[in-house]
Amino acid sequence: MTKVFARTKGLIDVPNHYCPGCGHGIVHRLVAEVLEEMDLLDHTVGVAPVGCAVFAYNYFNCDMYEAAHGRAPAVATGAKRVFPNNCVFTYQGDGDLASIGTAEIVHAAHRGEKITTIFINNAIYGMTGGQMAPTTLVGQRTTTSPKGRDKDLCGEPIRMAELLATIEGSAYIERTAVNNNANIIKTKKAIRKAFETQMERKGFSMVEVLSTCPTNWGKSPIEAMQWLEDEMIPYYPLGVFKEV
Amino acid sequence: MTTKQLMKGCEAIAEAALRGGCRYFFGYPITPQNDIPEYMSARLPEIGGVFLQAESEIAASNMVYGAAGAGARVMTSSSSPGISLKQEGISTIAGAELPCVIVNVMRGGPGIGGIQASQGDYFQSVKGGGHGDYKLIVFGPDSVQEAIDIVYGAFDIADKYRTPVMILADGLIGQMMEPVTMPEFKSDEEIKVEKPWAATGWHEGCGRPRAIINSLYIEDEALEALHERLQARYRIIEQNEVRYEYYNIEDAEVILIAYGTISRVCRSAIDELAEEGIKVGMVRPITLWPFPSQAVLDAVAQPSVKKALAVEISAGQMVEDARLAVNGLKEVAFLGYPGSKIATVEEIIAKVKALREE
Repeated sequence: MTKVFARTKGLIDVPNHYCPGCGHGIVHRLVAEVLEEMDLLDHTVGVAPVGCAVFAYNYFNCDMYEAAHGRAPAVATGAKRVFPNNCVFTYQGDGDLASIGTAEIVHAAHRGEKITTIFINNAIYGMTGGQMAPTTLVGQRTTTSPKGRDKDLCGEPIRMAELLATIEGSAYIERTAVNNNANIIKTKKAIRKAFETQMERKGFSMVEVLSTCPTNWGKSPIEAMQWLEDEMIPYYPLGVFKEV
Repeated sequence: MTTKQLMKGCEAIAEAALRGGCRYFFGYPITPQNDIPEYMSARLPEIGGVFLQAESEIAASNMVYGAAGAGARVMTSSSSPGISLKQEGISTIAGAELPCVIVNVMRGGPGIGGIQASQGDYFQSVKGGGHGDYKLIVFGPDSVQEAIDIVYGAFDIADKYRTPVMILADGLIGQMMEPVTMPEFKSDEEIKVEKPWAATGWHEGCGRPRAIINSLYIEDEALEALHERLQARYRIIEQNEVRYEYYNIEDAEVILIAYGTISRVCRSAIDELAEEGIKVGMVRPITLWPFPSQAVLDAVAQPSVKKALAVEISAGQMVEDARLAVNGLKEVAFLGYPGSKIATVEEIIAKVKALREE
């Protein structure tokens, strides 16, 4: 019998800790498949964040770091400068990248650091229990915005892809989503393009992936996918924001 | 090369680091250590290394973590407020059991403080600094030459114990010029250390396990195992790495205890007192952690010694370790200023005389 499908070699065969309906599992697989298909796994070094993906080093089948909160782009910079021919990626959530780690991500892009960032935007802090993130939508209820995000008090959600696309050192910036199969396929293509950009030494590359957090959103997995489509995509438009 | 040359402390530290094997430097500007990153930015590319000016001290210390995790000989430098910002990275590096070298050219604090020489970061350096139970190996050089010699060997020590090493220099060491002898470059063979734990790129069958550079130990047993390793290593460091200098301690009536620049002022005071027939000696800790507790105790316990006097450019920090070492056997008095003032030879002489008469 012909084998038509197998688990990617880029993922270790262990159960992950993500909640049912969480988008991390999908994106992990896409990243791992791309690394395998591009034959990069044996010289790839990944950097896990603090956040729900904190244990990503147990899942990606390559050398890995675990970084302090928000500092993955700085850690990746150190790793890349020592081995410039390696493929180095960070995998970060929105609290990590868009809040505590804004300086590190902005300046990694600003230096044109030849790394790839996979940025999971699910509009909330997942691991710590559903607090408001800089990406939380106006009116969205979280454990630190119990009446919904008040824009007068907390401002409006930050659009990182658009922000980073303004930086000269950014070579490829795209926002995608995992709410349906078509968008998942587009996400994989974007991830591939981002890694190609890095290996061609063009500069910094990032894919912002709109993703779900059914647990902290208080929704079923299907409702969460629908909410992503109805509420997040209108505010966070999908598309390529920078390509050189 | 044995010729003497005149060099400024910061530049001498930078050149000695390169000769000791440093190939990566991540830093951020702050006075009075700026000559180190400036020097590195010119010299590192000449020898095939990488200099990078980070966006902040926080980022710089995390870049050091990244490079150390890749197995590189890597260094950063800063001055007091900047070292506070680097503590996140330093704690992470200690928790991940990685080697690196950190230079603190101390200025006054707290807060933004001032830019005069200070020894106010002693507690921060030897008692932890960042969060969690960890230690740095900390050196307090008293001259540009000693700073050179320490930095030159610091990467070997860091690699040997997989632990961060800190050179705690006051602003005077960093800014003054002295005639020095610079050691030869260590050969590629000498600085090549096997680091099978490093994240370099991995595949099944490459001869080592997959690298995970990490300071997260979420399972209780794993965190306990880390601390068992760290504490066992610290006990070995305490046995092997204590360094100090005795000066005129035989038959001394008073023992001075001082490190760094202020120990040179103490030395002048001791020499002047000797001319008056007053015998005073000094224990000069060179490693601040591990602290030379036994050496301090042995010097102060001598029957001839009436009292001890710790002298610092601080409100009194190392004096606490000196008192712990002496453990109440004799009085350990203190003389020092935490601001921009440094105790003078005359003040030290007057304090010694007052202590003799008490």
